[in-house]
Amino acid sequence: MNSIRIPTPLRPYTDNLKEVEVDASNVGEALDVLTDRYPNLRPHLFDENGNLRAYVNIFVQQEDVRNLRGQATPLTGNDRLMIVPSIAGGKIIKSGR
Amino acid sequence: MTLHITRDLLLEIWDHGERTYPEENAGLILGTFNGDERRVRKLLPMENKSHSESRHNRYLIYPEDMMAGEQEAERLTLEILGVFHSHPDHPAEPSEFDRQWALPWYSYLITSVDQGKALESRSWRLKDDRTQMIEEVLQVQIDLDTSAKNHKLMTHKEKNR
Repeated sequence: MNSIRIPTPLRPYTDNLKEVEVDASNVGEALDVLTDRYPNLRPHLFDENGNLRAYVNIFVQQEDVRNLRGQATPLTGNDRLMIVPSIAGGKIIKSGR
Repeated sequence: MTLHITRDLLLEIWDHGERTYPEENAGLILGTFNGDERRVRKLLPMENKSHSESRHNRYLIYPEDMMAGEQEAERLTLEILGVFHSHPDHPAEPSEFDRQWALPWYSYLITSVDQGKALESRSWRLKDDRTQMIEEVLQVQIDLDTSAKNHKLMTHKEKNR
């Protein structure tokens, strides 16, 4: 079975589980299985248009799936996926510079 | 919702924000938690990976750096409690961009750095429905080793007058 490692800030939505096992053939399917099981997690992974939020990065065996085949990246059945956030922010406006 | 931090660690954040001025600084807050009570134990300053021309008004921490931060937290048996960053010449309040990029649960500690001097820090958390950032109590603890640190804090405050 594939497993997905859940980062700390998202664990309140997965019954505080650090790892969730999913039966899926690719990354997109794994995320669907995960968010079907924990629907309150979905708004934090996907935006209103169903796209992965900009801060969500999915790694399979330590490799960013953007460098593989994105959500179509196949899974072997024994893969470990990691949801790793990138962090951004800033005042952006009214900088005067 | 309370984030407890020692004056020493808060001063570390202020010093970092002043050193990186006029660019925004950023880093990870490591510590322990019990329910909504959080205690900062260690800071991991991170390189702002935003483009050089936008570092004055935004910060970016790569996922690879987050993974390294998570491993360091695990090694120290701590958790990543959140993120600190500075707002150069801007209030210590989250921007719309801060909200859009915010993760739930994390504490976002923002420090206002005015003309190179750290003025104020406030901490925020994303509301569960993602609509806004809610301020949490930032409780600054008195350190055990008082005199030297008090002197440092007073000096810092006097600098900012």
